[in-house]
Amino acid sequence: MIKISSLAHVYEKGRRLKFPDWEIADVEQWLLLGASGSGKSTLLNIISGLLEPSQGEVLINGTNLYTLPARGRDRFRGRHIGIIFQRPHLIRSLDVLDNLALAAVMAGLPVDHKRNLSLLHDLGIAELVKNYPDQLSQGQLQRVSVARALVNKPDLLIADEPTSSLDDENANQVIQLLTTQAKDNGAALIIATHDRRVRYHITKTYLL
Amino acid sequence: MNIFKISSKNLVRNKLTTILNIILVAFGVSILSILFLASTQISNKLEKNAKDIDLVVGAKGSPLQLILSSVYHIDYPTGNIPAKDAYKLMQNPMVKRAVPLALGDNYNGYRIVGTDSTFSNLYGLSIQKGSFWHKDLEVTLGSTVALTSGLKIGGFFFGAHGLTGNGDVHKQHAYRVKGILKPQGNITDNLILTNIGSVYKMHEEKHVEGHSHVAAEEAKEINDKQITALLIQYKSPMSVILFPRMVNQSTNMQAASPAMESARLFSLIGVGIDTLQWFAIFIMGIAALSIFISLYNAMKERKYDLAIMRCLGASKSKLFFLVMFEGVLVTFIGACLGLLIGHVALEVIGAYQESSQAKLTGLTAILQEVYLIWIGLFIGALASLIPAMQIYKVDIAETLTKNR
Repeated sequence: MIKISSLAHVYEKGRRLKFPDWEIADVEQWLLLGASGSGKSTLLNIISGLLEPSQGEVLINGTNLYTLPARGRDRFRGRHIGIIFQRPHLIRSLDVLDNLALAAVMAGLPVDHKRNLSLLHDLGIAELVKNYPDQLSQGQLQRVSVARALVNKPDLLIADEPTSSLDDENANQVIQLLTTQAKDNGAALIIATHDRRVRYHITKTYLL
Repeated sequence: MNIFKISSKNLVRNKLTTILNIILVAFGVSILSILFLASTQISNKLEKNAKDIDLVVGAKGSPLQLILSSVYHIDYPTGNIPAKDAYKLMQNPMVKRAVPLALGDNYNGYRIVGTDSTFSNLYGLSIQKGSFWHKDLEVTLGSTVALTSGLKIGGFFFGAHGLTGNGDVHKQHAYRVKGILKPQGNITDNLILTNIGSVYKMHEEKHVEGHSHVAAEEAKEINDKQITALLIQYKSPMSVILFPRMVNQSTNMQAASPAMESARLFSLIGVGIDTLQWFAIFIMGIAALSIFISLYNAMKERKYDLAIMRCLGASKSKLFFLVMFEGVLVTFIGACLGLLIGHVALEVIGAYQESSQAKLTGLTAILQEVYLIWIGLFIGALASLIPAMQIYKVDIAETLTKNR
């Protein structure tokens, strides 16, 4: 369960963003909507423990994210939050399977190759295991990054504009994957987007 | 999957840069290791062979040549000295031990040294098989000579005139192998020892049969009984000043000190060694710079990778270590490769060396080489420090939101 309360962030330039309180129950799926510049990415960064807010608190499963030391916050993020970026960033020197294994290693967890393979299978890219990121298409890359976000069985899955660089078909597939995989893995899901195509799949919205 | 694998995968991905950096480090380290090895081996050899020899008395000429020929058996002798005068010096009260040497012949490039039992006392020789020479034309072989020539005890061979080559063989008399020495680890391994009488006999015979002018002159030498040099050990250190002066001023011979001459020799080649050393250090510096530049440039691209790893839960210090590790890994591989190249190169140089007396080998290691590996690691750490510090500056949120 995720809860944010009286959250606000002040940028160095003096711009102040205030975020309404938000409560997300287990396995709930939410859309985070808002015009560009409204602070969607800022909020996601705060929720994922990458950006310390000027005010307020973020509770994930009872853990107050910003009372943890920086190192502990990194570890917490690795183990409990899966993040999918607008552009799929994979480590180019590692193949697909190693990219998945990396997620476990960086979070300090043991590598479970069997689970990783079945994840890739569920996402329909099992045959790409030994490929390097350079050899994959955008759609395939985005799937791998979904798989990577799920590797450590996170409680929360965060996707920042996951469909913006994909065509209709791929976008639909990725959204399908995100919603079903989040459900299957028992993770809550937040998708930040301004993409219409996404809205048909998820009903709960949080507006900025 | 661990830091080692991530680093090495990334290094493999940037093959050319990695190879260039490894080669630069390896080149610098190999030059340094060759220098270290060669200079220690040479100075060890010089020291070992000149051990217990305080002074060499021989014919006038270059003192360095005298030392090289009669202590290290490398150069040609300066000439001969009358045995009469030499024996007079041997009786001097300042002399504890004097070893007469008669050089002039060789067998397959190994020098045949005419001397007496004081020689084996001086070098502390002991027999492995057989016995020491007793009569004329009996020889005792150094261990290396026995090994490479294949001569056995009781075997015969002919000596050749001169100190190298088999041109002018003394066919009249054959030497008989009486014994083989234990390996001594010094010059005596490469010598064939006999008594002075044998050397005289060789050349006497030649005279009887001989018909050339040269042979006649040689005969005269022998009638006057000459030897090549005298190795001298003092009774007390006090003699260091008095004795050489006495020899140089009151006789027609010259005295040379092995310690002084090898110091002089080293100061001559020392300039070259210094230059090469600076050259190697310069190359190592370039290697450090190259590693620094390639890591620093790569950071622009790797910022994304590192930001992702942060997102996946890696701490800043872990990533700092990752970048450092890459630099250190390159220099470590380079340093090890450099040592290997250095040893192989020295072994090859040794194999092509003509003088068996001062052979270099790559099969030994010295303590300084461990320092070379440490220096390599240090350079790697130094070069990757600044790139690794960038980890602490990267704003992950910003880096990942921006498009590549």
